[in-house]
Amino acid sequence: MGTLIVLIVFALFITAILTGGYNKEAIEKFKKSKAWDWLTTVDHKKIGIMYFISGFFFFLIGGIEAIFMRMQLIVPHNDLFVGDTFNQLLTMHGTTMIFLAAMPLLFGLMNAVIPLQIGARDVAFPFLNALGFWLFTAGGLLLNLSWIFGGAPDAGWTSYTTLALNDYSPGPGIDYYVLGLQISGIGTLIGGLNFIVTVINMRAPGMTFLRMPMFTWTSFIASALILFAFPALTVGLLLLMFDRLFGANFFDHAMGGSSVIWEHLFWIFGHPEVYIVILPAFGIMSEVISTFSKKRLFGYTSMVFATVVIGFLGFMVWVHHMFTVGLGPWSNSVFAVATMTIAVPTGIKVFNWLFTMWGGQIRFKTAMLFAVGFIPTFVMGGMTGVMLALPPADFQYQDSYFVVAHFHYVLVGGTVMGIFAGAYYWWPKMFGKMLNETLGKIHFWTFLIGFHLTFFPQHFLGLFGMPRRVFTYQANVGLEQLNMLSTIGTIGMVIGTLAFVFNIVITFKKGAKAPADPWDGRTLEWSISSPAPEYNFAQLPLVRGYDAWFMEKQAGNKEMPAAEPLGSIHMPSPSFIPLLMSIGFFVSGFGFVARGDYSMGILGLIIVFIAMFMRSFDQDHGYHIEPHEIEEANKGVKA
Amino acid sequence: MAAQTEVKANPNMPNHLETATLDGKNKVLGFWLFLGAETVLFACLFGTYLALRNQTMGGPDGQELFDLKLVAAATAILLTSSLTSVLAMMKMNQLNYKAMQLWLGITVLLGASFLGLEIYEFIHYVHEGHTFMSSAFGSSFYALVGTHGAHVTFGIIWISTLMIQAAKRGITKETAPKLFVSSLYWHFIDVVWVFIFSLVYLLGKVG
Amino acid sequence: MVSRQGMWRVLTVLLLATLVLSGCQGHDSLNVLDPSGSAGQKQLDLIKWSFFLMCGVFAVVITIFIYVLIRFRKRKGIDVMPEQTHGSNTLEIIWTVIPIILLAVLAVPTVTYTFDLADMPREEDSIKVKVTGYQYWWEFQYEGMNIKTAQELHIPVGKKVHLEIHGKDVLHSFWVPALGGKMDVIPGRVNTMWLDAKKPGVYQGKCAELCGAGHALMDFKVIAEEQADFDKWVAQMQKPAVAQTTSQKEGEKIFMQNCLGCHAGTNPRIIGPDLNKFGTRTTIAGILPHDEQNLKKWLKDPTSVKPGTLMPKIDYLEPKEMDALVDYLMNRK
Repeated sequence: MGTLIVLIVFALFITAILTGGYNKEAIEKFKKSKAWDWLTTVDHKKIGIMYFISGFFFFLIGGIEAIFMRMQLIVPHNDLFVGDTFNQLLTMHGTTMIFLAAMPLLFGLMNAVIPLQIGARDVAFPFLNALGFWLFTAGGLLLNLSWIFGGAPDAGWTSYTTLALNDYSPGPGIDYYVLGLQISGIGTLIGGLNFIVTVINMRAPGMTFLRMPMFTWTSFIASALILFAFPALTVGLLLLMFDRLFGANFFDHAMGGSSVIWEHLFWIFGHPEVYIVILPAFGIMSEVISTFSKKRLFGYTSMVFATVVIGFLGFMVWVHHMFTVGLGPWSNSVFAVATMTIAVPTGIKVFNWLFTMWGGQIRFKTAMLFAVGFIPTFVMGGMTGVMLALPPADFQYQDSYFVVAHFHYVLVGGTVMGIFAGAYYWWPKMFGKMLNETLGKIHFWTFLIGFHLTFFPQHFLGLFGMPRRVFTYQANVGLEQLNMLSTIGTIGMVIGTLAFVFNIVITFKKGAKAPADPWDGRTLEWSISSPAPEYNFAQLPLVRGYDAWFMEKQAGNKEMPAAEPLGSIHMPSPSFIPLLMSIGFFVSGFGFVARGDYSMGILGLIIVFIAMFMRSFDQDHGYHIEPHEIEEANKGVKA
Repeated sequence: MAAQTEVKANPNMPNHLETATLDGKNKVLGFWLFLGAETVLFACLFGTYLALRNQTMGGPDGQELFDLKLVAAATAILLTSSLTSVLAMMKMNQLNYKAMQLWLGITVLLGASFLGLEIYEFIHYVHEGHTFMSSAFGSSFYALVGTHGAHVTFGIIWISTLMIQAAKRGITKETAPKLFVSSLYWHFIDVVWVFIFSLVYLLGKVG
Repeated sequence: MVSRQGMWRVLTVLLLATLVLSGCQGHDSLNVLDPSGSAGQKQLDLIKWSFFLMCGVFAVVITIFIYVLIRFRKRKGIDVMPEQTHGSNTLEIIWTVIPIILLAVLAVPTVTYTFDLADMPREEDSIKVKVTGYQYWWEFQYEGMNIKTAQELHIPVGKKVHLEIHGKDVLHSFWVPALGGKMDVIPGRVNTMWLDAKKPGVYQGKCAELCGAGHALMDFKVIAEEQADFDKWVAQMQKPAVAQTTSQKEGEKIFMQNCLGCHAGTNPRIIGPDLNKFGTRTTIAGILPHDEQNLKKWLKDPTSVKPGTLMPKIDYLEPKEMDALVDYLMNRK
């Protein structure tokens, strides 16, 4: 029945799209509306904003899940969320924060900034870029619909088999996990691929690799990690789907399968994933620290080198998540040493940041505060990281709250603080308005203090014998005070986040209009108006060195030198196909979750293939913006 | 030699039509990177297969199942289709529309016959009691070889679609990159098959 | 700005001090930092060693950090352009080479201990126990002693215990923080580890791998006793338990009719723990204190005690029957 309804609705939908609809006027009106403009956009700046907003939305959802968990753990033997409900919360918190918050927030910044930083008018694949965003959204929505239809996944964000198999997780929860992540994972892969090609092929004249800003570099390496890490997840999820939906036996030991294979596949993806979300944050820190210290990034080449090395080593260390699997002392030793090695390039980065500030003129704007707060926080996460790399010690830390504390120091102290720094730093360029500094400072201080209060005690909880992913703990074994403290700490993070939300709202309502270059920036994005015009650069800039814009300003120039005469600019046309294709994937995912005869799943795939054919036969050459239009627009800005 | 005379006869057309525009360049580079991702995908499937290939759970193992003659024939067909695909690309860059379509057509036909052999093989295995659900060996075998087969199927549909497009629009700066990346894809499928042939079938026969 | 930064730092130090002084020091039955076994001791040695090394690194970073923030902040009215240095090769080499040396130093004990802990004790000076993890309880079988028990692992003080870890359903992880940890329970795979206790005591064990709804309550105990006490326990465990009173005999009948399907010690496809010596245990379901009240509570509504447990509700017995069953179970010693 449900299938039939869906079938009819989508048949109508498709005919409406293909024939122009029965009500031409309404369709025309809709096509001219703002909503249609955003739904079909292929402009990297708009896609960046959409990534950022949906990422932030999921960040809030994940945050609420975290608060629920801390509320349950405030006292021992609490009964607010127990058993499966708590497991659903912890699974969705982890999955949401990693896949649906951290990555899209970073993708948002990358989309908004990278083409501007390398002096490009566009990304290499505007269409694929839009597709990547919509697939991520479709996957994220599918995953979160599990709360309403049938129950959320509850086997942890790592979804270890055999717990994740039908026998032990009979509901649809894990199916949502598998299909939701598969769909959003394809989107992420496409997004990563787009950035690699953009960076390699689209750089402005003179923008050599060793003149690229650090954020572009780290995002470039992170994109490469996405490209080579995500297929492992794709395979893992595919096999898990086969096991759950089609009776395969990859992970069922009774039929010769092995759950260790899932662990390998997951962590071959999972460890690079950690670097995928931390490297762009490193890049943001480098930009912010350099700009607000008024100094060139110290040891730029070694920073680039360190980034590449971290990216490379990121693939060599996945077994350190599996020290207690029993792979033997040889394997454990080799991976332990490999893991420790990563501390070296990371250390190089930290010292280079410190020496970038050395001798500078440090201005403590909110963005800089986050960058400054990031350094000791992240170094603490790095310290526990080295401690965790030692297998004998890890036998004690593994799956305890010590690990929870460690990765929150790295992911919140590193990635989230990086995202906040980036948000305050690039907000003017993305939205053309300045975020409020006072609220920003409240945001920073409450968040930082709240964060340490929440997670610092968790190191000790782990050492005092509290395993992770537990919904309760015993009284009178020394765990009460620290758990209480940890829960109280979340209040700080909540206030900080609310301050940020409030800041965004009032900035939209009556924020100060942003100048083109509010921070005395150093890189190309600050050489154009805020927000950037549709075509980014009226004339492609000629880059004459690292920190190109700063160099020109030092030489007394008011603008970047142009690499080409003013001419007509080619722009790609908007397209609804990415949205349509993502709807197809969404329907298909939902259909496979619903199981039955999979008719809805197949219908969704048919929509996907139709969209692919439409795209393949689509002969759209885009449109042009003529020089006189650009001049008029510029006049408008100046007047 | 013929190629050069052809190109000289068309001074406006560059030597490599597929990378003549920035869009084309992006497409080709992007596709190479995509193939990198595909390599990881197949590597994971190979790893899984190698880890599970002895878990037959009492069912027939590779030594009993695999018929090397059939597989060798399939291999020869697929390798030849790679050659015809190269020829098609040569003809494309010579702007020889008819020859290109001919070679593409042969490529598609060879691909389809490979697929036919594979389906025949699978049906045979199922009769022997070697199914997707019978054991971890079965699951990993069909996941690996089946994913490859799905790629072949996709390749056939894709190349056919592009043949229609070429028929409508001819060889242009827009169709050339598409045709070129589809041929890259086809070669990639071929390389994967060489690994399947050695790591699944030959190794399976050895035991 | 300085004062606020400074204040924050003072607060951190205060927080640290309060943590240490306020008695938040864990409990000796569950504390990694106060181990009672030689495996745990080795692990703690390495934890401390790496912690102090890392503290050294942190001290260097934080010193430079504080100095830089105070010394180089922009002061009002001063607007100079700092020198745009490119970097310094000497410095880069220093902060590449020194960490490499530090890590090399750390790698030596790491690798040594990794192999030490993987080195299983010789048969003659150890006892061997087969551990099996189930959702959500633990089974212990003593090799060569014909003892099978659940939730409580009795070990003799000073003797190494060779644990052979098996899995039947999902992944679990066997962890006794105060003795040393930990090893994953993986179905289809046999893992080994060893533990010992240097002094008698009750050490709590935890499941450390998410295994379902009852994961948080999958507790067990390691009871370390002097050799003589341990021998006494072994002797008691090997002696069959016989129902004595009429009430107990009545209970035995009820047990046979209602419980044996899952709780028969001989059942190869075990679902529930062996209850042969239930009377000697110190907990019910691994978490509740061992008394009749709690046993009834558990029997009447097991999922309210341990979410997700496979144990069905036994709420259909007459109060008299329930009393007899409880009497029987509590006296199986």
